[in-house]
Amino acid sequence: MKPTDTSNPDYFHKVVDCQWGCPAHTDVPEYIRMIAQGRFSDAYMENRKSNVFPGILGRVCDRPCEPACRRGRVEDKPVAICRLKRVAADNRDDIRDRLPKVPEKNNGKKVALIGAGCASLTVANDLRPLGYDVTIFEALDTTGGLMRTNIPQFRLPPDVLDEEIDYILDMGVDLKLNHRIDSMKELLDEGYDAVFVGTGAPKGKNLEIPGRYDSDRIHIGIEWLESVAFEHVTEIGRNVLIIGVGNTAMDCCRTSLRLGAENVKVMARKPRGFFKASEWELEDAEEENVEIIVNHSPKEFVYEDGKLVGMKFDLMEYNIDEQGGIDRGTSTGEVLIPCDDVVLAIGQDNAFPWIERDLGIEFDKWECPVVDEETMMCTREGVFFGGDSAFGPKNIIWAVEHGHQAAISMHKYCQGEDLRDRLPDGLNLISQKMGMHEWSYSNDYDVASRRLVPHVGLKERFQKLDIEVELGFTAEQAAKEVERCLNCDIQTVFTAKLCIECDACIDICPVNCLTITHNGEEDDLRTRLKAPALNPDQALYVSEDLPQTQRVMVKDEDLCVHCGLCAERCPTGAWDMQKSRILIPYAVDEAASDQQPAAAGGSAK
Amino acid sequence: MTYIAKPKVAHPSLPRNELGLTTRDYEGAVSTLCAGCGHDSVTAALIQAVFELDIEPHMLAKMSGIGCSSKTPAYFVSQAHGFNSVHGRMPSVTTGANAANRHMTYIGVSGDGDSLSIGAGQFVHAIRRNLNMCYIIENNGVYGLTKGQFSASADIGSLPKKGLPNQQEPIDPVSTALSLGATYIARSFSGDKEQLVPLIKGAIMHSGFALVDVISPCVTFNDHEGSTKSYSHTREHYNHVIDVDYIQPSEEIKASYKQGEAMPVHLHGGDTIILRKLDRDYDPTSRADAFKYLRDRFNAGEITTGLLYVNEAREEMHELMQNTDTPLGQLPYEDLHPGSEELQKLQGRYR
Repeated sequence: MKPTDTSNPDYFHKVVDCQWGCPAHTDVPEYIRMIAQGRFSDAYMENRKSNVFPGILGRVCDRPCEPACRRGRVEDKPVAICRLKRVAADNRDDIRDRLPKVPEKNNGKKVALIGAGCASLTVANDLRPLGYDVTIFEALDTTGGLMRTNIPQFRLPPDVLDEEIDYILDMGVDLKLNHRIDSMKELLDEGYDAVFVGTGAPKGKNLEIPGRYDSDRIHIGIEWLESVAFEHVTEIGRNVLIIGVGNTAMDCCRTSLRLGAENVKVMARKPRGFFKASEWELEDAEEENVEIIVNHSPKEFVYEDGKLVGMKFDLMEYNIDEQGGIDRGTSTGEVLIPCDDVVLAIGQDNAFPWIERDLGIEFDKWECPVVDEETMMCTREGVFFGGDSAFGPKNIIWAVEHGHQAAISMHKYCQGEDLRDRLPDGLNLISQKMGMHEWSYSNDYDVASRRLVPHVGLKERFQKLDIEVELGFTAEQAAKEVERCLNCDIQTVFTAKLCIECDACIDICPVNCLTITHNGEEDDLRTRLKAPALNPDQALYVSEDLPQTQRVMVKDEDLCVHCGLCAERCPTGAWDMQKSRILIPYAVDEAASDQQPAAAGGSAK
Repeated sequence: MTYIAKPKVAHPSLPRNELGLTTRDYEGAVSTLCAGCGHDSVTAALIQAVFELDIEPHMLAKMSGIGCSSKTPAYFVSQAHGFNSVHGRMPSVTTGANAANRHMTYIGVSGDGDSLSIGAGQFVHAIRRNLNMCYIIENNGVYGLTKGQFSASADIGSLPKKGLPNQQEPIDPVSTALSLGATYIARSFSGDKEQLVPLIKGAIMHSGFALVDVISPCVTFNDHEGSTKSYSHTREHYNHVIDVDYIQPSEEIKASYKQGEAMPVHLHGGDTIILRKLDRDYDPTSRADAFKYLRDRFNAGEITTGLLYVNEAREEMHELMQNTDTPLGQLPYEDLHPGSEELQKLQGRYR
């Protein structure tokens, strides 16, 4: 193998699994260290830089960082990253004076953002400080989009939502509530310099089986949740079936319990392991005695005297192949399950009836707009998409990232710059050595297991719809959980010419990730290491030839716990622990680089 | 010296031996030697060797004297027995322990000062008795604990970190052991575990006195240019004569060995070691040849490593003295203490 090119910021970025796995690339280890030091406001601001809504995301993020977390491979449970984010948000001081400043004079460019959800709000957050005149059009009489209408209040309290949205609106955004855009053409004619569409995926999927339209007790999940949020719906029958087993289904079943349902069943077509819902959302629902029934495929709604009394299901059997793939299944019989109400939570679609098809905005065969994944611009110049409206339902953190990228593009578009000439990511590496055996970070491996977030009692929580179930970590729990972070951004950096091949690093490494051996092709090298490198998703760090024997130092990044003992035992300083800071450019950095074209990468703060 | 202890976390797919233990279970306290010390690599090789031999920790005794080298027993197999003796007196303490219980595995770790200066007399007599032990000399040519004065193994002309070159003849532990009739003599290098681990395994399983002289560079006082015991000097002048593959009785001999290059040696316990000769002219069963070869190579400036001499025919101490097989602690009181009448009879034989 060739020596690893660590000057490419992606190499060390990838070692920080959580940051790499986060669509918005939040610098997780950095903010966890800040929490450990009690610097909650700093941790909050570090989060806000990339993910804009730390308080919201600390409760309801889809947490792609956690399955990626290295701790989950070294032991079995990842660091509770998401809940630590909430710790930062809950304990922060008033940070309003640290928010991006808005210039006194606007820059003369006007942008329109459609929908007041997380994608549009992120665009506003990034463009207002550059002096753009920002108008948000929202169909409903309140902000937040799906975050407010589809996420129940017992998971995300409205005041948390309001506070973080207000930070952005207070930058001087022109918010037009109750202002549904019915015609894109008309909006475009109003002369905005750029338009952003952040309207989400507002159409719940329907289930076209016999009896679907013969009752008003069959609800579409996201519409029903919205009606509950606006208190248009305040009750539901005693026996409720939820069709589908995604995260919306979890919100629907738990909401039903709070509206008077006594017996809630979530009906899944497939077996466990093939559910769309996140593991933790399933756990939370099952904790509330929701029954999840597998291998039941909906067949028809059943009526007696014109009243919905139940649903018929096919009992399914599936073959699962060795790769874990599942076939379409075969029916082995049918069963009737009684119910009073049915909630359909089987997915969402984009819907753009308001975009005329002759505006140069192309749609694909699924009626999704054709959007460039890098620039977020559609086929009509000056019109940008983000969030669920761009590529179909994803999640909040993806919408935020779309917003950041769209903001960069909109700025460049408005300034007449090439949308593809974007600042690259930058990389800073700083040694963390403070003394003989002293590092600037807590390098001792803490064997503690993952802390569990305390919940409100099972009786108490059902009394009102808006009692937040999760209480957040206690101070003691947070102090323990932060120590579980392995500080993966404190990189092991190797300088081949200093190595005397004494083997000290290899002998001390607790997880056997280092080997000095003769070079070879990657497949061969992976089998010849001190512990075979079995995870192909994790890189091998290969050095230049070593001076004494022309062998190479190979590090398998997979299980390194970043304890720094290799560097501590190295007599020549060939190993050093250096903090990598991935510099991710935002619209503000693009704007700054217009004045100072030499600066690569974004600002660290 | 390391400030934090080696974290109690291990690679999830770490291999386990017959006892269900991993190498991590054979570790000791965290080393307080200088970072990069060759001795720590010897420790790692020892851990690997006892792990691979499925040695039960409570059946292992780690013996040492004084010096940097003699701290080594603290750094492997915490659950084993250990004795940190007076300077240079490890061989006689080991003799006593071995006399009392011949069923245990004895690993003595010494240094060039502990074995070739203050303990030279002890060292040579342990060889003479053919004491059944694995005797490791961590040889770095200097007194590290007292800040780098030349030891008895320093080569003529070797430069100290400061001051004048060494002028005195070195004592070579390998030649010394050869002349005294040691029955398993090996030399290796702390920076070459592929060679060192099988040599240590062979030494542990060998019945009789097994010497492994390990060039183990002192990274603080003897790893500079002009030193003949530095990492780079050792690597440049390395002459790898014979490799050893240790074969446990349960294992088949799978690898293919070329005629004339491979030589099986059957150990007392039924195990076999396969010597792979890298120099076909070398005969590791001939003391005379070994002497000549070592001398010639030494004069050519080479450091000869590998299993240099082996003799399975000679009996070890207990066999020579026809001692009881039962550990003294397990003998009934009457046998251990036959009474004054028996003593009188015994004394009568010498009158």
